[in-house]
Amino acid sequence: MAVELDVFVGNTIIMSEEVYQLWLDGYTVNDAVKVRMEGGVLDEFDAKVDVVLSDTMDQYRTFQMCERLLHSPTKLANQLLFQIPPHRQATLIERYYAFDDVFVREVLGKKLSKGTKKDLDDISAKTGVMLKSCRRQFDNFKRVFKVVEELKGPLVENIRQHFLLSDKLARDYAAIVFFANNRFETGKRKLQYLTFQDLAFCAGQLINNWTVGAVDNMVEDMDVDLDKDFLQELKELKVLITDKDLLDQHKRYKHLCLDGKLSTLFGKQRLLMRWRLISRGLVNIATKLTNTKDVRDFFIDLVEKFIEPCRSDHWTAADMKLYLTHYTNSAHILDTFKYQVVWDRYMGVIKSCIFKMYHD
Amino acid sequence: MPGKLKAKIVAGRHLPVMDRASDLTDAFVEVKFGNTTFKTDVYPKSLNPQWNSEWFKFEVDDEDLQDEPLQITVLDHDTYSANDAIGKVYIDIDPLLYSEAASVISGWFPIYDTIHGIRGEINVLVKVELFNDLNRFRQSSCGVKFFCTTSIPKGYRAAIVHGFVEELVVNEDPEYQWIDRIRTPRASNEARQRLIFLMSGELQRKIGLKVLEMGGNAVVGYLQCFDLEGESGLVVRAIGTACTLEKLSSGSGTHTHPNTAPASNACNSPSKDGKEPVFGEDLPSSSGPSTPFRALPTSSSSPPPFSPSKPCSRQSSSSDTDLSLTPKTEMTQSPRLRPGIFLCPSSPILSTDTLSLPGSGTLGCGHYSGLRATTPPPLASTHSDSALLRKSVSFTEDLLLAASGMGSGSMGKDAGPLKTLLRQQTQTALEQREFPFFTLTSFPSGFLLHVGGVVSARSVKLLDRIHNPDEPETRDAWWEEIRQEIKSHAKALGCHAVVGYSESTSICEEVCILSASGTAAILNPRYMREGCLDLGGSDQRFEDPSPSSCGFCHIPYDELNMPFPAQLTYCFHCRRQKVPDVLFTTIDLPSDAAIAGKGCFIQARLCRLKKKGQGEANATAISNQLPFMEYELHTQLMNKLKLRSMNALFGLRIQISVGENMLLGLASATGVYLTALPAPGGIQIAGKTPGDLNTEQHILNIQKRINDTIAKNKEFYEVNPPDLTEEVVGSPIPEPRLRSRLFRSHSESSDELSELDLSHGKKDAFVLEVDDTDAVEDIHSLLTDASPPKGFYSCNTETMPGIYNWTSALQMFTSVRVLRLSNANLSNQALNKVFTDLCENLLKSFYFKLRSMIPCCLSHLVFSVAVPEEDLIQVAVTAVAMTFDKDQTQEKPAEKPITKGCSEAEDQLQFSLELCTDSSSINSQSSSKNSGVPESSHLSTRVSSLEHSSPLTEGRSRSLRSSRSFGGSSVSVVKMTPLSFLPGTRIVKYVGIINMFFIRETTSLREEGGVSGFLHSFVAEVFAMVRAHVAALGGNAVVSYSMKDCVLMENPNKNQCQCLINVSGDAVIYIRETDQEVTGSTANIGLSCTSSADGAT
Repeated sequence: MAVELDVFVGNTIIMSEEVYQLWLDGYTVNDAVKVRMEGGVLDEFDAKVDVVLSDTMDQYRTFQMCERLLHSPTKLANQLLFQIPPHRQATLIERYYAFDDVFVREVLGKKLSKGTKKDLDDISAKTGVMLKSCRRQFDNFKRVFKVVEELKGPLVENIRQHFLLSDKLARDYAAIVFFANNRFETGKRKLQYLTFQDLAFCAGQLINNWTVGAVDNMVEDMDVDLDKDFLQELKELKVLITDKDLLDQHKRYKHLCLDGKLSTLFGKQRLLMRWRLISRGLVNIATKLTNTKDVRDFFIDLVEKFIEPCRSDHWTAADMKLYLTHYTNSAHILDTFKYQVVWDRYMGVIKSCIFKMYHD
Repeated sequence: MPGKLKAKIVAGRHLPVMDRASDLTDAFVEVKFGNTTFKTDVYPKSLNPQWNSEWFKFEVDDEDLQDEPLQITVLDHDTYSANDAIGKVYIDIDPLLYSEAASVISGWFPIYDTIHGIRGEINVLVKVELFNDLNRFRQSSCGVKFFCTTSIPKGYRAAIVHGFVEELVVNEDPEYQWIDRIRTPRASNEARQRLIFLMSGELQRKIGLKVLEMGGNAVVGYLQCFDLEGESGLVVRAIGTACTLEKLSSGSGTHTHPNTAPASNACNSPSKDGKEPVFGEDLPSSSGPSTPFRALPTSSSSPPPFSPSKPCSRQSSSSDTDLSLTPKTEMTQSPRLRPGIFLCPSSPILSTDTLSLPGSGTLGCGHYSGLRATTPPPLASTHSDSALLRKSVSFTEDLLLAASGMGSGSMGKDAGPLKTLLRQQTQTALEQREFPFFTLTSFPSGFLLHVGGVVSARSVKLLDRIHNPDEPETRDAWWEEIRQEIKSHAKALGCHAVVGYSESTSICEEVCILSASGTAAILNPRYMREGCLDLGGSDQRFEDPSPSSCGFCHIPYDELNMPFPAQLTYCFHCRRQKVPDVLFTTIDLPSDAAIAGKGCFIQARLCRLKKKGQGEANATAISNQLPFMEYELHTQLMNKLKLRSMNALFGLRIQISVGENMLLGLASATGVYLTALPAPGGIQIAGKTPGDLNTEQHILNIQKRINDTIAKNKEFYEVNPPDLTEEVVGSPIPEPRLRSRLFRSHSESSDELSELDLSHGKKDAFVLEVDDTDAVEDIHSLLTDASPPKGFYSCNTETMPGIYNWTSALQMFTSVRVLRLSNANLSNQALNKVFTDLCENLLKSFYFKLRSMIPCCLSHLVFSVAVPEEDLIQVAVTAVAMTFDKDQTQEKPAEKPITKGCSEAEDQLQFSLELCTDSSSINSQSSSKNSGVPESSHLSTRVSSLEHSSPLTEGRSRSLRSSRSFGGSSVSVVKMTPLSFLPGTRIVKYVGIINMFFIRETTSLREEGGVSGFLHSFVAEVFAMVRAHVAALGGNAVVSYSMKDCVLMENPNKNQCQCLINVSGDAVIYIRETDQEVTGSTANIGLSCTSSADGAT
């Protein structure tokens, strides 16, 4: 007695969020049934396996049919095939575009053009996210990337409008797009400790301050490319380490400010030694950013040149904040330093990135 | 040229990519009506073209306007090769032809392709200018309104109910034309779709003409069906009830029947009718359309006339020539279905046998004349024409009468009389245009006086090619026959009308079973004819003021000359009239009927193997089986009814489907406890072999389980009838010894039966014999019918008896399941089990899927079964789940359970919840602030009429919310329901009938997710297209929605599948109901509030 055909279609879409999640997570129908049965919520209803199976199949089919629409969420609102209440449309979209942080961490900064099956296989094995789910997430990244690539105007806003995502999710996608576009290196062992949220925050900072859109948000260029002029100007910061006077002056001012405020145990001597190293590191990062290769290494440079030394000295986050604040501010007092604006634009981002990236 | 049709193509969106190279499409549109075609410009390289065309104008006959759909074809322009079709839209412009309905069709329609499904949408504007001077108007049937709803539509009043209209048109099926061999599947499907659109337009026009002839202006309960007869053609047929409807002035919308007079008023039989003879002698000539409804004969004046058509009489003559056209059944009040056959060969009623034959010389016809006492033309003259008939009616001779199941069943002996009969019928069809049939299932109060019982007739036919499509007389004659049959059954029950009437077919290869069924009833003649309202009536029965709560239960037939043995008691309500012990009907429960507890969905299922056969032998085999199947179904129904301790069935629908190697029978109904009827007895198990200890123990066990189940059911359905002392109300039971017999068709021998009767007859209980394994199986299956889980109720009628406080969340659904029987050699029992499980599992599935809506009721559960191929059983169900307030008294609205999960139900419930938690006082305060209505009185009335108030508060709160939160959606929400109403809302306008037919085919079945994936998307597409058409008409809901056909043909080996779906319904505009309007009791107080609240929503 084989059931040859079994469908159940409602005038209004019939779905349970639980099953939707199972579908998104890449469970097969049978596995999903197993999970649901084990879930126990169904016990009270005395549901037999076949009933749950039939229900799961129906919903899976519905989701599969919806998937095409979910690829361009704006269509979901004015398509006629399914009658979906607006709040449910929002849920469908938001959940479909949600992603696993562990997964996105793996592909962040990688080229989104290909994403071969083998790559995803590896990631799936490594992260424990099911291949099907990996594929969906990766395709989502690609799709969003492709759409906003050709659009003008603010990145986050574009994503939100074209994919009807929540603000938070739209920002995350903006970060992903930004990383993918600039191909930032995030996979190195040294960077492994950073979560996606850390990096997304940094991306947000970079987008808001360093891209073309940051200076003039109505320009037709995109938020994804860094402001070339700005990067060029950063070269000028070199004076901070090449000009001996400036360097000394800078150092002195900072020490004046910092005196007695740092809670760290180590003394002035140690700090002075570090000072030169750190300052040189930060300025070097700035000056090299015209080079695409060095842009890619931006985060690794930050870690190597700043975070690691500080950490090896056991700085607390509070100390580090204080230190960086004063370091930035002290440059303002230098009479001969002419690049205050660039410096602020640069250090503002660096500061907040480091704050975020510095884990105690 | 009385009409100008104008169409404008505005834009398209979401078009498919037709040019792979550019990923774009160069779309243009062809607009065709009749033979005229217009084209838009090509809108190059876009998936969202903006054509913004001029107005295309078609000047056409109004006949064409009615018949033809507007065809819109979207194509992709291709410079080098032929233009590719993207898809089509058919727009039925009928709704634009009557003044009150839609004035313009405007909206987004899905572009549909029979191979690819929906491919984008197109925005179209359609208008019609009718140059109708009144005369013109009358010539065509434009302007006749059609309603699928099987009751008087809300907002209308039935001034006159004219009666039955029917029509059928036939054509060759394009799928079977020679050209089909060379054209593409797409072309073939489109030819078919177009043809069916045309045919149903034509059918509707023809019916409209009939209605106009009768003086009506509308068809209510319009039921249109397709018979895909394969090689022999395509039949589109429809039945309906012609009415003269008057629109009620707005505001009194819910009070549909302002003219409902008390029953005492209803007694006026037209004076003309008083002169009429009793029914048995009605001659067609004596009456216009409305003749059949005349006053009921008093019991004294008309004893015998019905008796000739009694089954018993058939039995008496069954020795040799007892052939009849149709196996027939009278399902009445007792399990003694067709008592003549099985029970009472010597029943006293037989004595009245030929008394009543109107002496018109038809005795020579023997049997038939008895049946057709109404058509007594001389026999001799008919033979001349019979040759003509013979050609087309290839199989009439072989039809078996149910009664002959016991008799000799000899075939073909009296073909002569048969043809005569046919001849007579075709003749009378002209003279007597009408049958006293009504497709309505619920009526204005006062309309239905008495209900006799279910009458049904079936007939097995062999299909033959329809030679002359313009005169489909064969098919007409077939139905004519069956209707006559039904009519005579109704007469046998002392009734002059049949209500809740429907017709259906089941076709397998060349065999076709035609079925018709309805409920014999006596109607109030007041509605049949205008002007009779003031005439003083003198009929005794009508003068008797039967209370409306029990009046319809009172027997219409004569107690002394009952058409069948039944047990009568005095009505438990009024104690004045006699009522039967059980009542079966095909109608909805009258709204004023007194019931106890809640109703319950009852289903009898049966599967019978049959040998494969050809031609006449096959048809004979089938017709031999039919009476047994009906009997068994009936037995099952009766048992299940008793098990739930109920005493009446409403909405009974028995479907018998034929397949190559099996017959399926499915009877669905809603059981109710009518307090006017006696309490049902229990079920008693009797062993056949006393003395065997084991058996006795076993029987005791079963008996205990049955008793437990009954007790449990009583509790579940809250059947607590007012405790009536079992006083014997002097019931003159004609055959007391028979009264509680229930037996199985397996126990054949009649003397054995009578013996058993005597031993078990005295009890008030039903007796089930456990004499063989079958019986054990049966009892087992009886007990294994699972009752719905807590919080769920189900019924197949419009509303659930016993539930009144609906909230407005609803979810209409369609479910289809096909089972492949893997084991070829199944026994009848095993097959039954499989079939029963299939139905039960479907129900369980529904409960599970819809569990988030608890407390909820599945209403209007319509099952339809089919045997698409050998070893396949298909069950399709359409129903609606509706939520209701668990708390009947509604003290704490805030405690409404929170539902999570699916359907539009959800958000709405959440809203109501939010608002309810603030409690009604806040709600009312705010509204009083807004509207400035004296709120105090308002509130107090609400409190005083507690049961009614809750859905209203919700309806209102929701409407407040919904305008806020759903305003942004670009696609308007269209609700769908198989019911004639939407709870918590008021239908303000009917914008047109929806009647659509779609074909979908695929040659890549696997890629589309197998048969399930294919059908799933097709059903979703059909819903989408229905919604789009409704929205374009300006409607926001479809009521009385039904899926008439779902024919699925698959060939997985070839990776192919084809499916046909036919749906219909009424497009309406509804508004949220405001508090005052539903609560009948507070209506007068709230008049001022009503208007202001209306404005607010």
